[in-house]
Amino acid sequence: MGLVARELESQGIATVVVGSALDIVEHCGVPRYLYTDFPLGNPCGPPWQREAQARIAAAALDLLEAASAPRTTVQAADVWPGENGWRAGYNRIGPDNQAELAATGEKRRQWQSDTRL
Amino acid sequence: MDADGTPVGYMERTRLYYRALGYSNDYRWSHYDEVPFTPLKKPLAENTVTIITTASPPEGPPQGNPRLKEVWSGRIDGAPADLDTEYSAWDKEATHTKDRESYLPVLALQDLLAAGRIGALSESFHGVPTKYSQRQTLEQDAPEIARRCRAEGVDVALLVPL
Repeated sequence: MGLVARELESQGIATVVVGSALDIVEHCGVPRYLYTDFPLGNPCGPPWQREAQARIAAAALDLLEAASAPRTTVQAADVWPGENGWRAGYNRIGPDNQAELAATGEKRRQWQSDTRL
Repeated sequence: MDADGTPVGYMERTRLYYRALGYSNDYRWSHYDEVPFTPLKKPLAENTVTIITTASPPEGPPQGNPRLKEVWSGRIDGAPADLDTEYSAWDKEATHTKDRESYLPVLALQDLLAAGRIGALSESFHGVPTKYSQRQTLEQDAPEIARRCRAEGVDVALLVPL
């Protein structure tokens, strides 16, 4: 998505990225970035939480006005409700799942080979 | 690991995950030293705004094959209740995407429009696939998204990767 932001900006369209993968977005480099510290999948707010979602959309617009230079990152105030376990759980690798992951990889490579365009 | 609230290191986590799957070449994420910047040309309340998502249309990718994903558009007014997120990388254990508003903020922007915070919403939102090939995104998909935005007089885009 960072590549799309760059293209739009170069054609005169102002952009703001709303997303939760801080390191990936900042590594690419985008003009304006509202960072929401949530599990990947709900960058605009936890499901069904309309007030939090409204605050995040408003914050994205605020950032459009406030930023005066590229690579401006602002972190949204809202926090993920509940436990923090999702941070360690994403793509977890442990002694208990290595064989399963290796098998998943084999299956995936077979599919990639079968569907090669 | 990361339990204290520090941001998840997705690049390192993903590198290790794909090595565990048996892939030998690490993915190289895009990186640029120079970043373009377009200031707002008029007050925000006079701008036409669009939304860009990495989700697929409700019916999923063409022929059910995520490798055939392409740029697509849908109407903001009357947007589908659900988009297809099956073939995107997100945290399928910690959360879900049954609430479209958690990744495509149509209602929130419509409320901000009604409040006069923005001038208009464009007729369409746009979908751009996340592709392994950055060249395809750079040479085909990003210019196509830009073309569709310009055709509808878009001034501002909210980009929302899943």
